[in-house]
Amino acid sequence: MKHTISELEDIASQVRRDVLRMVHAVQSGHPGASLGCADFFTALYFEVLNHNPKFSMDGVGEDLFFLSNGHISPVWYSVLARSGYFEVSELATFRKLDSRLQGHPTTHEGLPGIRIASGSLGQGLSVAIGAALVKKLDGDKSLVYTLQGDGELQEGQNWEAFMFAPFHKVDNLIASIDYNGQQIDGPTEEVLSLENLQAKFEAFGWHVITSNGNDMEEITKALHYAKSLTGKGKPILNLMSTQMGYGVDFMVGTHKWHGSAPNNDQLKSALDQIKETAGDY
Amino acid sequence: MKKYTYTEKKDTRSGFGVGLHEAGKRNKNVVALCADLVGSLKMDAFIKDFPERFVQVGIAEANMMGIAAGMTIGGKIPFTGTFANFSTGRVYDQIRQSIAYSGKNVKICASHAGLTLGEDGATHQILEDIGLMKMLPGMVVINPCDYNQTKAATLAIMEYEGPVYLRFGRPVIPVFTPEDQKFEIGKAWMVNEGKDVTIIATGHMVWRAIEAGEMLAELGIDAEIINIHTIKPLDEEAILKSVKKTGCVVTCEEHNKFGGLGESVARLLTTEYLAPQEFVAVNDSFGESATPDQLMTKYKLDPSDIVAAVQKVMKRKK
Repeated sequence: MKHTISELEDIASQVRRDVLRMVHAVQSGHPGASLGCADFFTALYFEVLNHNPKFSMDGVGEDLFFLSNGHISPVWYSVLARSGYFEVSELATFRKLDSRLQGHPTTHEGLPGIRIASGSLGQGLSVAIGAALVKKLDGDKSLVYTLQGDGELQEGQNWEAFMFAPFHKVDNLIASIDYNGQQIDGPTEEVLSLENLQAKFEAFGWHVITSNGNDMEEITKALHYAKSLTGKGKPILNLMSTQMGYGVDFMVGTHKWHGSAPNNDQLKSALDQIKETAGDY
Repeated sequence: MKKYTYTEKKDTRSGFGVGLHEAGKRNKNVVALCADLVGSLKMDAFIKDFPERFVQVGIAEANMMGIAAGMTIGGKIPFTGTFANFSTGRVYDQIRQSIAYSGKNVKICASHAGLTLGEDGATHQILEDIGLMKMLPGMVVINPCDYNQTKAATLAIMEYEGPVYLRFGRPVIPVFTPEDQKFEIGKAWMVNEGKDVTIIATGHMVWRAIEAGEMLAELGIDAEIINIHTIKPLDEEAILKSVKKTGCVVTCEEHNKFGGLGESVARLLTTEYLAPQEFVAVNDSFGESATPDQLMTKYKLDPSDIVAAVQKVMKRKK
């Protein structure tokens, strides 16, 4: 372990503050799943990934991460900044004119840490598979990680990719699903039910593990375990339960904060619940 | 009229196939992907010699475009292969976000473009692909005119860094460009110098423009014929130089008149040098089943249609 669980929880706490303040500042963005995935991102970037913040697009010899559900950019930007990809002060430019921190992540403005644009849903897993194939072709033993939303699984391209990876034995790939059961129009069970996801992924030939993405110890262990399963002929799928809005009592567990920003009073109330641990930007 | 001859007819897709194989030999970073159309795209030679650098994706074009984008990360040069319809319209958003906007070095190689796909009919005969692809910022759009030019273009796009759409076709047509030609992206090829009218043609229409040029010579009309193989970036200098000399232009393409080469030329002329223009192109229509030749006649893409367009446009010259 590079950090104790308590240290990681402190980082995640600061990340949640960043998310809320970024979204509040421009009164737009997606706080719900950004808060829900703060623990996953913190565990990934501060504990699990073998990565180099002196960013190179090709990422030879280092682990790569691809975010498919690009709307949760605030949490990614915060974690990238706090792990040294760019200055933390740049978080203040989120969604503003001439910023590298676009509403949805992109390579277009050259922000270190981003290797593909995402936002239009369902495309990230295919891209990650391509990068993983290249690592295998070149004998690069490092790994490829992805995150997708659960609502996003309604896009058909995902299932092309879910079918491809096991057949082609892409076993250097760890795909996580943010299984929060919410999407813009309501609970996934009401919009378009995902039914038994674990059974679906297993039927497609993935090695499926489950985890609680809002328990730092558990998600860190799960990602380490997933890592130990690589190289055995199957891609790994981490079906990670989270709660949208986790960490803020009035935001948790509802789709209502998927894409809405808190007002001044709501921000104050939310920040009062989350410890400032590494200094606000 | 300069004399063009040919000894054999070949399909442009076969030019792509040999070009891809040669690209694979020249550069170990070249990889190829296909969505269950290996034979149609003539990718067999590449697959035989470089099996580890080939990815069979199955009938899943969206996934193929995403995987290709991902394969650029780490330095590969992916060439995707499927029909033009499935290379563009079917996967437009994947190309837009994961390739064009992300600035990825993917070569989208598209066979069976246009009406000359023939009997399979309109579901497969895309006539909108040039328009779709040229609207994407940063996308290079190339439509070569014969086997040799397609081979040369395939090698040229390997050397170019950035997303490219390479459009070619199914039917056998005369091979009339030199085997050892140097292909310069964005550089027009002067097929025939003339003074009365500028005929600008791309793809399968270039040979038809040459045939039209011979018919016009017999009528005493001296046509300048330019091959625009790169629709984007357009060789504006070559086009303006020619039209300033001839005073009128006919554009020829196996594509909808909306969104194609003709509109790119019209945009150039309206902003730089006003001159009358006629379009030899499909008149906002889907295709249908028939032989390629029957379709080219029905949809008014024959040499005689080019001649008629020339006569019409010359009457409008000031």
